Amino acid sequence: MTQSVVVQVGQCGNQVGCRFWDLALREHAHVNKKGMYDEALRSFFRNVDSRMIIDCVARNGYTICAGLTLAYLNPQAVLVDMEEGVVNEILQGPLREMFDSTQLLTDVSGSGNNWAVGHMTYGSAYREQIVDKLRKAAEHCDCLQCFFIIHSMGGGTGSGLGTKVLSLLEEEFPEVCRIVSSIYPSAEDDVVTSPYNSVLAMRELTEHADCVLPVENQSLVDIVNKIKQMSHAGRPGSVIRRDSTLISGQGGLSGAEKPFDAMNNIVANLLLNITSSARFDGSLNMDLNEIAMNLVPFPRLHYLVPSLTPLYTLADVSVPTRRLDQMFSDSFSKDHQLIRADPKRGLYLACALMVRGNVHVSDLRRNIERMKPSLPFVSWNQEGWKTGLCSVPPVGHSHSLLALANNTCVMSTFMELRERFTKLYRKKAHLHHYLHVEGMEQSMFSEAVGSLSSLIEEYYLLDATKGRLVPDAPRLRIAR
Amino acid sequence: MSIVTVQLGQCGNQVGPEVFDVISSDALEGQKKAFCAAARERFFHQTPRGELVARAVLVDMEPKVINHSVSRAAKSGAWRYGEASHFSQKQGSGNNWANGYCVHGPRHRDVVEELVRREVERCDRLAGLMAMMSVAGGTGSGVGTYVTQCLRDTYPKSFILNHLTWPYGTGEVIVQNYNSVLTLAHLYQLSDAILVHENDTVHRICGRLLNIKHISFGDVNRVIAHQLASVLQPALTADSRGAYGRNPLGELASALSCHPEYKLLSVCTVPQVPSSSMAYSTFSWPSLLKHLRQMLVSNTKMEEGIDWQVRPPGGSARTGSPAGSGFNRSLANLLVLRGKDVYSAETGGFEDPALYTSWLSPEEAFSLWKSPVPFNKYEKCATLVSNSQALLRPLDDMVGKAWNMFASRAYLHQYMKFGISEEDFLDCFTSIEQVVSSYSQLH
Repeated sequence: MTQSVVVQVGQCGNQVGCRFWDLALREHAHVNKKGMYDEALRSFFRNVDSRMIIDCVARNGYTICAGLTLAYLNPQAVLVDMEEGVVNEILQGPLREMFDSTQLLTDVSGSGNNWAVGHMTYGSAYREQIVDKLRKAAEHCDCLQCFFIIHSMGGGTGSGLGTKVLSLLEEEFPEVCRIVSSIYPSAEDDVVTSPYNSVLAMRELTEHADCVLPVENQSLVDIVNKIKQMSHAGRPGSVIRRDSTLISGQGGLSGAEKPFDAMNNIVANLLLNITSSARFDGSLNMDLNEIAMNLVPFPRLHYLVPSLTPLYTLADVSVPTRRLDQMFSDSFSKDHQLIRADPKRGLYLACALMVRGNVHVSDLRRNIERMKPSLPFVSWNQEGWKTGLCSVPPVGHSHSLLALANNTCVMSTFMELRERFTKLYRKKAHLHHYLHVEGMEQSMFSEAVGSLSSLIEEYYLLDATKGRLVPDAPRLRIAR
Repeated sequence: MSIVTVQLGQCGNQVGPEVFDVISSDALEGQKKAFCAAARERFFHQTPRGELVARAVLVDMEPKVINHSVSRAAKSGAWRYGEASHFSQKQGSGNNWANGYCVHGPRHRDVVEELVRREVERCDRLAGLMAMMSVAGGTGSGVGTYVTQCLRDTYPKSFILNHLTWPYGTGEVIVQNYNSVLTLAHLYQLSDAILVHENDTVHRICGRLLNIKHISFGDVNRVIAHQLASVLQPALTADSRGAYGRNPLGELASALSCHPEYKLLSVCTVPQVPSSSMAYSTFSWPSLLKHLRQMLVSNTKMEEGIDWQVRPPGGSARTGSPAGSGFNRSLANLLVLRGKDVYSAETGGFEDPALYTSWLSPEEAFSLWKSPVPFNKYEKCATLVSNSQALLRPLDDMVGKAWNMFASRAYLHQYMKFGISEEDFLDCFTSIEQVVSSYSQLH
């Protein structure tokens, strides 16, 4: 069994991270009835006490973990923030006993929404400490397979320091896969300089990450609204199981739901589903290193559009097969993608389907056959599907599907980002805040936007082949 | 004489236990003592307490599948794996042939060789080695190829049979065509015979013949196991002179792999019916053999949808298979008959020179094995192992797709990371195009 280490950076990163640990515990408590420290738990948690660790108490029909015995579980995580607020909240919340102080790195004044402060100033000031904490986390792992970084792109810490951590990881642990979950700001983001921060961070992601899972805040908002609408519609025959929605934290530890919790739960579920096959059994296992191998045909084109279905499970059990097929159809629809793009309008370079629950390989194949005609794939990868079957479904569902698409539709997200950047940069607005930071130069801006432009160009060239009939490459001929 | 099986990767370790299941239940129920003894000797060794322990080594780069297979076998009570016969690591090969072949293979060479050596030493006499793997992933294909190379180096005089599972045409793994080309090109130099099962074909058998509604990999693997075991269980051969043959792999290889350019073997078994229908079905040898022959001729892999119009071309028309005729020319065939009244079965149809190439006489091209013991609950069972053009189309498709991907340079950086260069790729492509060319020119 392999282990993964989660590095959460900045306010957003830590809030999502907090939801992730909560939901992970919920999931394991659900599966692990005997409360023994098993292989599955090992992928994310260290056992600091060899006695029985989870005291599963049935309460109101849901099984939760009793708070006390959490002291025996230590998440493999490093929490970084340049302000204390969020991390302190975690340390005062129900998960407090799980983290120990050596995993935390905080400062007081924050990064002021300035990528340069996060990346350059704090990056160099805390370099030793960060590397140290990462090394400690890695040493506790028997077989470290992957680093998960969670951060946002629009701010200062998550964006700047987060990408610094990414390049440190590449230096110190070059063989360990780096999967980054990046939250992109929406157009109406209240941080004025978010385009600068995002573009500067993008360059780092393109160069140092193995895979990036871009998530747009706006998509999360839309999905949350959709679910809430459905819950309140109250039509007979469409009552939703409460704990089954993608946004629900019910059954976990935290009590009242905080404002961004619903959106953050979606990202947390994304991470849980991606690692499900590495943690649990299935007839067709899909490891994390297989994701990078199959979905990244060219080193820089590693942006994978995620989509999670179903959003919720209906309370009454209706026709199972139709529900299953609907799940597949939904996962390719525009509304279920976690960025605002329509993959059907773009060109697929590769697509991975990770199915959880009671689904047979024949169902999977049938649905792939069914969906294929409407999905444009690049000429040299007409059957570019990577599939995985994990037998353990997520809490509240009988089955679920995570689709990761390497699709040229990310181009539109990047182009919008570049436009917002250019609007500001043209006027040199707010530039002085960045240039005042030691180590920061104006050339970094032009290089960053240059890197983004060439990335867009690469996607564009591939996208342009869509619909064109590309002849097969002439085969080698054998002399007789 | 005994066969030592090496199960590699997820597929190898999922198909392998099914094969041992079939063999052990077949050997237990068989009425003939000599047959059971021969089957047991071939695949198992018996502990002083009478337990059957499979002569197998299990290798995988991640532990889940091996753990599952070992515990399942132990629970069955009929047979089990040796306690120390498996080797696994924590982290898989990531579907990367180069990772399997260049990194994991060499790194764990000594351990794996030691495990195989121990199994081989437990055999009174070694009939040969069988490596079971898939070609689509990273471990089965990459580590499997490396291990086959080691086996060839360590046991140069032994017969090595590679059993390969080819993936579904519409991907299980995106880089499966690369992995397949790299594997086949290397194995062609190392293996004595390459026996292939295609997931697509077996899937159709499960759906159309066995009427399974929700086909799982377990179902697919059980069909593969049934077909493979029907070949490898003891049988009376031309060389065995009245006793059960003691050199199954050697005889298989000499019957079928008579030329180094032609090593790909496909398998067909009749009948295949759902177990619920077995009580109501009667089989006759003439009917079974007639269907099987036409399946060979028209290249249909199962008893449904056989095209009876396809005929072998008459006398003078021997200039290669005319395009679109659908006729499948054979190099060599091995027919294995098991069950009641097997001595009365009339197999002349398979000795027709029109089926074969011009440079082998039908006596050399056709071999027949028989066993009066019914196999795996079927009163009569006929299996045909063919060295023919049957795999030409799937192979050609596989190479075509891999080549298109190679022409766009897609995914190459993932392989180069571990030490495989573009040159290596080109060499493998050349080898496989050679194989494709040889088979398509068969006349």
